[in-house]
Amino acid sequence: MTAVARLAAPERALAALAGAVTRGDRARPAAAREPEPPGGASQETPSVELRTDLVPRDAVRLVVVDAAGDAPPGLERFAALPRLLRAGDLVVVNDAATLPAALPGRTAAGRVFELRLSGPVDGGRLSGVLFGPGDHRTRTEHRAPPPALAAGDAVLIAGSAATVLCAAGRRVELAILGDADAAWRAVYAAGAPVQYAHRSELLPLWSVQTAYAGRPWAAEMPSAGRPLTWDIVLGLARAGIAVAALTHAAGLSSTGDDALDHALPWPERYEIPERTAAAVSATRARGGRVIAIGTSVVRALEAVAQDGELRTGRRGIATVRLDAAYRPRLVSGLVSGLHVPGESHFELLSAFAPADRLRAALSFAATHGLSGHELGDACLIVRR
Amino acid sequence: MKIQGQGALVTGASRGLGRALAELLAARGARVALVAREVAALDDVVAGIRARGGEAHAIAGDIADKTATHRIAGQAQGMVGELALAIHNASTLGPTPLRLLLDTECEDLAAVLETNLIGPFRLTKVLAGAMAIRGGGVIVHVSSDAAVEPYPRWGAYGASKAAQDHLSRILAAELDGTGVRVLAVDPGEMDTAMHAAAIPDADRAALSRPAEVAARIVEMIEDEVRAPSGARLVAPRWELA
Repeated sequence: MTAVARLAAPERALAALAGAVTRGDRARPAAAREPEPPGGASQETPSVELRTDLVPRDAVRLVVVDAAGDAPPGLERFAALPRLLRAGDLVVVNDAATLPAALPGRTAAGRVFELRLSGPVDGGRLSGVLFGPGDHRTRTEHRAPPPALAAGDAVLIAGSAATVLCAAGRRVELAILGDADAAWRAVYAAGAPVQYAHRSELLPLWSVQTAYAGRPWAAEMPSAGRPLTWDIVLGLARAGIAVAALTHAAGLSSTGDDALDHALPWPERYEIPERTAAAVSATRARGGRVIAIGTSVVRALEAVAQDGELRTGRRGIATVRLDAAYRPRLVSGLVSGLHVPGESHFELLSAFAPADRLRAALSFAATHGLSGHELGDACLIVRR
Repeated sequence: MKIQGQGALVTGASRGLGRALAELLAARGARVALVAREVAALDDVVAGIRARGGEAHAIAGDIADKTATHRIAGQAQGMVGELALAIHNASTLGPTPLRLLLDTECEDLAAVLETNLIGPFRLTKVLAGAMAIRGGGVIVHVSSDAAVEPYPRWGAYGASKAAQDHLSRILAAELDGTGVRVLAVDPGEMDTAMHAAAIPDADRAALSRPAEVAARIVEMIEDEVRAPSGARLVAPRWELA
């Protein structure tokens, strides 16, 4: 992409890359990594294929899934959201900004690697996953193994001297020489956002931020909120639908390592402000619904719901796992990207709707040519 | 808005009014991210604030550099946490001695607009969303009487400040109801390097000290009643409480 094209129409220019943008790591089907066992689920049900192009924010479409009733799936523009919810509902977003989480590194012996941050800078410490040489054009699972690091090793991270604090396989924690400010400077000077595609040019940092992004806590974009423009946020407010924010340190969606991937998502830090806790409480008291924009919001709110009602502001570490067996206690509905059976994200969605209804909705999405890219189209799933 | 405990960002913070604002905010207990191009001068200001027990963080960057926008915003919020206050103070006169519009190079006008209007717009676009979604914050645009008075030779600067004043008003109107307050403040004539560059033979004794003006602006930030969103305030006429 040329700078000129970007200046002319940023999102359109990005979308023009779409031909080159292929399915991202997070959206990659499990089948691409490992063969399906004989008689696996994918053989029982016809597979669903979605397009995988990047969709400009203002062109995102929304598949509406009625999880509780038996209405067929509907198709709307994302901008119709205020009309699709009810006065008295509460929409909760994750206001974490996306980090330039992919950092170049080099060992004392001169071997290069990539450190992919799994969460925000903590003091002068960086935590994440190591990748071998290569760039975003190589699928994570095809990257060469990184050099082995051990506690005490001196390395260069993003051009700054750092010491390995601990290493367990490809997971590592390092301390940048200097204070926390030095770590933030290094991350933003040399880091790039985690990419979803190969063959394309790098997605710039601005293209993976929501319109309300604040503190840089997210290793990957809380992308369900990408189409949520201020026009829509203020439209929700005018329709009597409150909007509130929490901050959740959405982590990596893929490590390129099956054993590590199976344990995803790792425990993630969240912070729910007093104001948002009060809004959730008031919404539930009047019988309104809490609608989460993205699974990271679900994870933070449900982490709190494990201990009872959300009455005051809270900060903590979310460990809750969302899958078909999980029944949300606090969240009534979810806006998410589209994910087909076989993707790990599909399991998260199945906490909100039976798998057969989700499959029907995804077939419907495929019929209408919707995109299953992380930066593609979306769905609204409401349980009641 | 009370200052104590808030995260604040000040551009053009290495000298003059920006420096005075950053120092006062830190003295009042804010966690301050200071943005400026001149790293050495900026580091000195930060060191001074820290020596007095304040919290300050240096961010090297040029507001006119489009590619620096997200880095500045990200570093600021990484270093100080949520931002409740952003002060757009950095600005440029363009080439000095100041010249008539018909003698102004087109590129020089564009560069002045980039620093004084488009740069602050870009930073606001990245910072104000988080303020609005959380229900509060203050954005201050440092203006000038050159935004109102058609002083000959102040064309590029005056036009940029007039546009910024109106941007401030429209932003305030659009964010009405979100809890975010947007102000434009004319600081009056101050004894700064910028003033000396514009009017080298001025009587410095007749000019305000940046620290005095900073105290007035901080009062405006604190006073939601006398400094409502959308207001354009003139510091020399502000009556200190």
